Amino acid sequence: MSLLAIIGEALRALRLNRMRTGLTMLGMIIGVAAVVLMLAVGQGAQTMVNQAISSMGSNLLIVVPGATSSGALRSASGSVQTLTMGDAQAIASLPSVKAAAPLITGTAQLNYGANNWSTVVTGVTPDYFQVRDWGTDSGALFTEVDLRSATRVVLLGQLTAKNLFGDEDPTGKTVRIKNSPFLVAGVLGVKGQSLDGRDQDDAVFIPLTTGQRQVFGNQFPGTIRFLMAQAESAEMMEEAEAEMNQLLRQRHRIAEGVENDFTVRNMAALTAVASGAAKVMSVMLGAIASVSLLVGGIGIMNIMLVSVTERTREIGIRMAIGANRRAILAQFLLEALVICILGGVAGIAIGIGGAWAVSQAVGMVVVITLGTVLLAFAFASAVGIFFGFYPARKAAALKPVEALRYE
Amino acid sequence: MALPEQTGSGEPLIQVENLCKIYSLDSGAAGSKGGGTVNSQVLFDVSLSIHRGEFVAIMGHSGSGKSTLMNILGCLDTPTSGHYWLDERDIALLSDDELARVRNRNIGFVFQGFNLLKRMTALDNVATPLLYAGVNRSDSRKRALELLHQTGLGNFAAYQPNQLSGGQQQRVAISRALVNNPQLILADEPTGNLDTQTSREIMAVFQQLNREQGITIVLVTHEDDIAACTRRLVRLQDGRVVHDAGVLA
Repeated sequence: MSLLAIIGEALRALRLNRMRTGLTMLGMIIGVAAVVLMLAVGQGAQTMVNQAISSMGSNLLIVVPGATSSGALRSASGSVQTLTMGDAQAIASLPSVKAAAPLITGTAQLNYGANNWSTVVTGVTPDYFQVRDWGTDSGALFTEVDLRSATRVVLLGQLTAKNLFGDEDPTGKTVRIKNSPFLVAGVLGVKGQSLDGRDQDDAVFIPLTTGQRQVFGNQFPGTIRFLMAQAESAEMMEEAEAEMNQLLRQRHRIAEGVENDFTVRNMAALTAVASGAAKVMSVMLGAIASVSLLVGGIGIMNIMLVSVTERTREIGIRMAIGANRRAILAQFLLEALVICILGGVAGIAIGIGGAWAVSQAVGMVVVITLGTVLLAFAFASAVGIFFGFYPARKAAALKPVEALRYE
Repeated sequence: MALPEQTGSGEPLIQVENLCKIYSLDSGAAGSKGGGTVNSQVLFDVSLSIHRGEFVAIMGHSGSGKSTLMNILGCLDTPTSGHYWLDERDIALLSDDELARVRNRNIGFVFQGFNLLKRMTALDNVATPLLYAGVNRSDSRKRALELLHQTGLGNFAAYQPNQLSGGQQQRVAISRALVNNPQLILADEPTGNLDTQTSREIMAVFQQLNREQGITIVLVTHEDDIAACTRRLVRLQDGRVVHDAGVLA
């Protein structure tokens, strides 16, 4: 019997029991839809984390003043100011370090016309934008000249620009920071959320020197808040970390056995943890969803077993008129497979629809890849073959005489 | 068409020697101790040969073993011991798949309860054996329709079994049995569920097939007037052949 004819027989048998077929298929639909939806949500979360990681800049090391603990007293790192501009320059000249950017930060009120916006003002060197891999949407970054002469120029983050200027192009306009006028040199590109959930576009940047001398003032001139360094390559992260530790201990004259008065954070390790966590969540969601697929599969097996018993006489008749074991096996296996494949396709459609609804309703990022769809489809087919095989084999193993005699 | 006189010429179509059939039943309910089995012998040393073109009635009371013999002849069941050659092939040596092939190509079955596939049209019922033989759907249907016309049911091709009378259902079953041009038709009480008038019509169909197409027919019955329509009578009693002779027309 040709495969086409067997598929025809299977479809006919399934049509005869619409209600039962529908309910069995529903189990499959729910299972597959759950898998698709969960994978979409999980991969969405993963994508969000990865975006945050790449927005941070690559091969990043952060040096903050203060140790995590000092003797028995544990202080927050960054609570003392031990890093200087000199440290930043020394780190920048390390062979394993591509660039180092010192930062000072503070909060300030910005005004443009009638609008005002309070945000984080960061004093940086031009290297900062290289380290963060950040460019402008309009206007230009400020330069070494601006840094040396401490000019009053400012770069606006997307959100700040929008809040102060609305739809106007801010480049070339003047904003007031703490009542001092600053020329807007440009607007930075969109960065989005950082790993800790802050909106990186809600910020403004001014030359470090301008910040030190004119905006924040400083108890200890020449100190910086923290610094960001970029290693030459991903492979050199460890080396850069070690070199920076050694260099800073030397520069700060820290005796052997005494703890550091600074902390070097390797962001690669942090991002590995974050993306690892996102991946685990994705896998967990998928695993939970596959339980419902398993339950759907058991439902199919159950119904197929009932069906084989109910149709024992039909099987007997088919054997009497010439069906061999393979034909009977194929017929019942295909019935299970048809339920799974149709249910799988419907489940994929519903899963995609559900993912879209979730993204609309709660604003979550969902990602549906071709891989997800193919995986769900393969899973559904595998369930059909796995749970359909036993009942089909049971049908094929019936003895013709006994099957014919069955009432 | 000339009357095919094949009787007595060449090897017999069916050759049965010392056929025994013993059913083993689990004794759990039968009362004996332990896990032993109760054996019940249904056929004792049955030997029989049927030539091409014969029309044979097998008669006997219920329990005489006639249905068991039919099942073995139809390759639906296997004998416990003895030999069965169908068309010079030793059935005992065939695999399950080969037996299915023999049932499909060489034998046509007609049952007392018609045994049509429910909720399938008469046409599809008749065409199904051809599908198992690997013929494509359109050719199968063409051939099936031919046979329905031949048995006088050409106008009922699209009907399902439950829309047909008993006689019509049996005609569908006969069409199905004939669809693969078998050498042998096995009919197990084909008129058992039919009234006298319809029984006579069905028997006329069998007689015509035997006479005009030379198809060998073996038929089980316990009605004398049905047996009288055949040309040879084999009587079974308690699993043994007790009578085997031509029928006087």
